Amino acid sequence: MSPMSVSLISGNKNGLSLFGLLSLVIRRDMVLAMRRRADVLTTLIFFVMVVSLFPLGVGPELDMLRKMAPGVVWVAALLASMLSLGRLFSADYLDGTLEQMMLAPQSLSVLVLGKILAHWMVSGLPLVLMAPVLGLQFDMSAQALWVLIAGLLLGTPILSMIGAVGAALTLGLRGGGVLVSLLVLPLCIPVLIFGAGAVEAVSTGMSVASQLSLLGALLVLAMVFTPWVTAQALRISME
Amino acid sequence: MVPWFAWLSAVLFAVGLYISFFVAPMDAQQSEAYRIMFIHVPASILSMFIYLIMAGYAALGLIFNTRLSSMMASALAPTGALFAFLSLWTGALWGKPMWGAWWVWDARLTSELILLFLYLGFIALHASIDDPRRADRAAALLAIVGSVNVPIIYFSVKWWNTLHQGSTIKFTGTSMHVAMQQGMYTMLLACWLYAIAVTLTRVRSIILERERNAQWVLELSEAK
Repeated sequence: MSPMSVSLISGNKNGLSLFGLLSLVIRRDMVLAMRRRADVLTTLIFFVMVVSLFPLGVGPELDMLRKMAPGVVWVAALLASMLSLGRLFSADYLDGTLEQMMLAPQSLSVLVLGKILAHWMVSGLPLVLMAPVLGLQFDMSAQALWVLIAGLLLGTPILSMIGAVGAALTLGLRGGGVLVSLLVLPLCIPVLIFGAGAVEAVSTGMSVASQLSLLGALLVLAMVFTPWVTAQALRISME
Repeated sequence: MVPWFAWLSAVLFAVGLYISFFVAPMDAQQSEAYRIMFIHVPASILSMFIYLIMAGYAALGLIFNTRLSSMMASALAPTGALFAFLSLWTGALWGKPMWGAWWVWDARLTSELILLFLYLGFIALHASIDDPRRADRAAALLAIVGSVNVPIIYFSVKWWNTLHQGSTIKFTGTSMHVAMQQGMYTMLLACWLYAIAVTLTRVRSIILERERNAQWVLELSEAK
């Protein structure tokens, strides 16, 4: 257990505002993640490899690759975020930190939101930054690349949030890794449709604002509801 | 009550199938192939309704901690999954002669497929947790989260205006032939009764399985 989590658990309620708590959880998880950089890199390398496999599989015609690019990048991002979900709660669950967090006087939803945001910074943000490079491999136009980045920036936090519900529900189960994909992937389909749709709208010359607005609306909805649902799921799993 | 529902369902199925094959006239545009809708439409309607009922029972079980409603939710899931599968399958059989393809990536088809995945996720999650009470609660949460999808399926045809046709039966009247309507309603009712009969049978065995150590189960005449 890191020193920060100890100060978190000791529960100095007066000195800890809501955002103070949030940033404390995020900083703690970031420190823990930075101590195990290999885990972070694995997700990123998986993402790059999956995307790079497609041109090998379907052939190097640029016309076809350009058409496929948004879908391929989005599906790869979805799979990569599934890959890292298992780590979201399992380490804290095993060493007992999660139980202490539940006993803490602060709201569990806020703690969970902090954990999700930290998880996104570690596993989602690198994908967003890497995506334009992969887009270049697929000969995407500059404008399409910007829309791809904007869409991923709005979309990957949603994936992390929906994934957190699944990760919390399957905490400590046998075969949890496969099960979490089965539960989470159907719920992620809207994000995939709007995200890939936005990039396709660029190539057909339509407005991308509608798709990106829908993604933004999904993000706000997810940010309101999923931390609370995740907290409930954790309580069920920890009984 | 189970035999009542089962027999009524069987009779209605027979009547409904007779109407749909021999009484209802041929469709002007779709000729004979439209007849598959007599099972396709009820199956689709039921797959959505059963999900909502299942989510409702699951929510009841989660909020009031009543055991029977959780058992009802897990008894409904396989029937709902069956109807979702039937709806997709019959839809594919109809789509081949009509649209020329077994499957198109239409909004309603896709969301019905997601519904099937949600049912399967519910069943898989429930099956992988050993403690039945914890399984009930975890699966209930999943069912409630997934119920977002049902309105999307229902309104997808209006919102996205894709290949799948809109509903013909509306509250304000319909353009359908009377015999077709009768066949459709009979089949719908038969499917409902079938779902109720099967669910009640299943929930009965779930109760017996979970309470197998209770005194009243041991005193049952069948157990002796």
